[in-house]
Amino acid sequence: MSDYKWPDPATRPLLGKKISRVDGPIKSSGRAKYTYDYNPAGLLAGKILRCPYSHARITSIDTSAAEKMAGVKAVQIIQKPGTEIFWAGDEVVAVAAVDEPTAEDAICAIKVQYEVLPHFVSDAEPPKNIAATSGPISRDDFEDMEDNQVPDEQVIAAIKQNGISFHPDEKYLKDAQESGVDPKVVEALRTAKYAEAAATSRSPYKKTAAQTQGEPDKAFTAAATVSEGLYGASCITHCCLETHGMASEWPSGNDPAASHGTSLLVHCSTQNLSGIAPQVAEPMGIPAGSIRVMQQYVGGGFGSKFSPDRWGIATAQLSKSAGGKPVKIMLERDAEQEVAGMRPSAFARVKIAADKSGKLVAWESRSWGTGGMGGGGTPPLPYIFEIPNQRKQNIAISTNQGSARAWRAPNHPQAAVITMGAIEDLAAKMNIDPLDFITRNLELAGPRAPIYRDELPIAAELMQWKQNWHPRGDKSAGPVKRGLGLSIHTWGGRGHNSDCDLTIHPDGSVEIKMATQDLGTGARTIIIIVAADALGIPMENVKLLIGDSRYPVSGGSGGSTTSGGVTSSTRRAAVDARNQLFAKVAPALKAQPEELEAVNATVRVKSDPSRSLSWKDACAKLGAMPMTVRGKNPDKSKPPDLTNSGVGGVQTADVSVDTETGIVRVNKMVAVQDCGLVVDVKTAESQVIGALIMGISYALYEEKILDPVTGRMLNPNMEFYRLAGIADIGELKVHMMTGKGYDERYVIGLAEPPVVSPGRRFRMRWLMPSASACRSCR
Amino acid sequence: MKDDDAPKTDQHSGLTRRDFMKISGVGVAVPLVLGPTVVHAAGEEVAVFGPGKAPIALMVNGKKLYAELEPRVTLLDALRDNFNLTGAKRVCDRGVCGACTVLLDGKPVYACSVLAIDAQGKSITTIEGLADGDSLTPVMQAFVDHDAQQCGFCTPGFVVATTHFLQQHPNPTAEDIRRGLSGNFCRCGTYDGIRAVAL
Repeated sequence: MSDYKWPDPATRPLLGKKISRVDGPIKSSGRAKYTYDYNPAGLLAGKILRCPYSHARITSIDTSAAEKMAGVKAVQIIQKPGTEIFWAGDEVVAVAAVDEPTAEDAICAIKVQYEVLPHFVSDAEPPKNIAATSGPISRDDFEDMEDNQVPDEQVIAAIKQNGISFHPDEKYLKDAQESGVDPKVVEALRTAKYAEAAATSRSPYKKTAAQTQGEPDKAFTAAATVSEGLYGASCITHCCLETHGMASEWPSGNDPAASHGTSLLVHCSTQNLSGIAPQVAEPMGIPAGSIRVMQQYVGGGFGSKFSPDRWGIATAQLSKSAGGKPVKIMLERDAEQEVAGMRPSAFARVKIAADKSGKLVAWESRSWGTGGMGGGGTPPLPYIFEIPNQRKQNIAISTNQGSARAWRAPNHPQAAVITMGAIEDLAAKMNIDPLDFITRNLELAGPRAPIYRDELPIAAELMQWKQNWHPRGDKSAGPVKRGLGLSIHTWGGRGHNSDCDLTIHPDGSVEIKMATQDLGTGARTIIIIVAADALGIPMENVKLLIGDSRYPVSGGSGGSTTSGGVTSSTRRAAVDARNQLFAKVAPALKAQPEELEAVNATVRVKSDPSRSLSWKDACAKLGAMPMTVRGKNPDKSKPPDLTNSGVGGVQTADVSVDTETGIVRVNKMVAVQDCGLVVDVKTAESQVIGALIMGISYALYEEKILDPVTGRMLNPNMEFYRLAGIADIGELKVHMMTGKGYDERYVIGLAEPPVVSPGRRFRMRWLMPSASACRSCR
Repeated sequence: MKDDDAPKTDQHSGLTRRDFMKISGVGVAVPLVLGPTVVHAAGEEVAVFGPGKAPIALMVNGKKLYAELEPRVTLLDALRDNFNLTGAKRVCDRGVCGACTVLLDGKPVYACSVLAIDAQGKSITTIEGLADGDSLTPVMQAFVDHDAQQCGFCTPGFVVATTHFLQQHPNPTAEDIRRGLSGNFCRCGTYDGIRAVAL
């Protein structure tokens, strides 16, 4: 059996070192080509006419003037008259023209009439005592309740009281039961009364989770200290610098037989290269296998680029109408901000209690938030700490705005803001240093507690916490007050399914093919590191081919799953290829294959390194044909599992607040982060630093602001949707947990966890807009 | 659909009498050269292009490049769409983020906020013009060494801005960097590396 296990520190020349990203030169020289840069001969410019109202019904569309314009090649109605539109900026008509100005003129020439309907865009605190639901339970309602773990008895009561507005057949009921729905709930569905969904507008508020555990009332009564507060985080957008977009072309016009198996060629700005073709195939009515998707570089995604989206499908339709010519649509900045993704808001009124010793005993929260029409997520409250007595209720608010999309570590940043804020207020009320308070309560922190126990002292030392922390109330003179904040976080990060083909050529060159993507996280770099490390050759000898759906399938880059996925399959492929090469080389070295090792670009006998062949000479033993090996992840036939789930991190911040102006300045931030075995320390540190900066940005500067009167986003641009700049970031220190206790946990993803905590440490400027953004400063 | 891809070149004037009156007041149009119409406005003779396409010549990275463009086309779009110089990126498209930074007569400008016709007669340097062939300039190499990039979409703009900044501030202070490089935004969070590049 091959030994796929990650090698020990002594036998890994590249793993765990600081190595520059391999695509650094092509990016810094401006030669990297993104989807936005795709510019083939004959490219047609696509544009979208968008609905200006946040809730409306299309009554008529007249495209005749646009169709007659010189240079206009195709017009595609995306949503027909009669369609109800639920958010401003939704797509109505697409056009393709010889250039962008002509396409813009064509859009202006299209006449669309709307019946404007009432909208609702507020995520302010919902009224008390809202009904659980205001009509029969729809299929979405039911599935939301299950997803949000609403207690079975509440689901059954709601079904009995309100009836259901869908007809669950036996297959649906069987699937539900097999997926874990309680048999009593399934029976309630089977016998439920059917009722027509109300035609009138429904309440925007929906209770999505209500849970009680332990005896919260009793625990609050018996507690030594109880603290109450209001905490939360506003809606923000993904604000990808490369806007969403896609280019489509039918290489041989509309004749698939003449196009070498590719009917449709797509360039898409995506985090999900292998997953795009199936999503395009269905609306286009062609086999997914005849669609080729390509992308070399992507200018940010952060969770928002998993789908071809309606505009992407429109490029394929427009191209088809235009005789197969390439059509590209990249969103304008305002559309990007308004419809291409946002992180749901989450707010909560929290009551939290501890006993005399400072141990957490009770939690109560009433949370709410919006993620557009879908209502928003349910933050996992209380975050990290399994407080024994809890009562919690979440209310999802449906609002007329572009839908939420996954945003790095979905729901975790919001949960961290709410929970850590409440804990720090409670600690302050008890005159306990929050570092001590959190340390005292680590037994409630679940399986990651030992990691936090390792990390907290390091974070404290790097921040000089003991020297610099002071109880609330900065007594220094002047309006500028200074204070420290602290937060801990967690995430999963197990590697996704990923296949790769690794080929060793007789000339010694090595090639890897994988239909994955590098979002700037360093995926290219770590794949090459893993392969070169296992084969004992320089990284320059390994050519990596990604970004083409014709390569072996690899998962989408979301949820910090890519590092574990691509490194595991690469490791298995490299070890198998190396062993097959050893079998070919062993006779020449008068040794058994298992006696060989690949080190320093040679293949040699472990016990007698003088018996060796250069890597090139060794590969020549393959004969005329190259050797290709398929690596897979997961692969139970090739243990061990090379990836893992569950990381812990600690962050601290030193912040000053001008209490007269409300201006906040970040003096210093510290991140101590675990992600199992770190493949490349350099890009890993960059990832964590980037998360700190993104955290400063979303905590202090960003907010998607909706106008209650028009229902439109007031800041769909980059001057009023402000990102943090280089002047806003202060000193940043990162410490990666490596070595014993961490390396043997194997590779775990890193993109989500470090971005969870930053929001918490600056506190809620929306609560204290002009006085103080950091309570520890007060 | 009308199949007419012919460039809408404005060979003569493109100005209506009403437009002309708005611009020139009581002035008199005096064509001095072939090409754009010239009008007298605010005491000066002004060349008027458009509204159709007009022939435009740009000096980009030391080479004269020609295109026929409508006057509303920005320098950024001309570089990207007509000359396939895609290093400068379109991000905010309204003079905020710096991803489209190029040098105009040696000074950094947001190419999204300069009309292509206004860039005529000036020397334009894009990221592609900073290095010879596939080599890297010291600033580009420093971006690699300090890992001052992730997705890389803001990087070319930052490299151009940093190159000019370091010419102006060979030994910058932290405060110089805060001020001098605050005209560019990054979403991935690479400012710490960029600070290291500048220092």
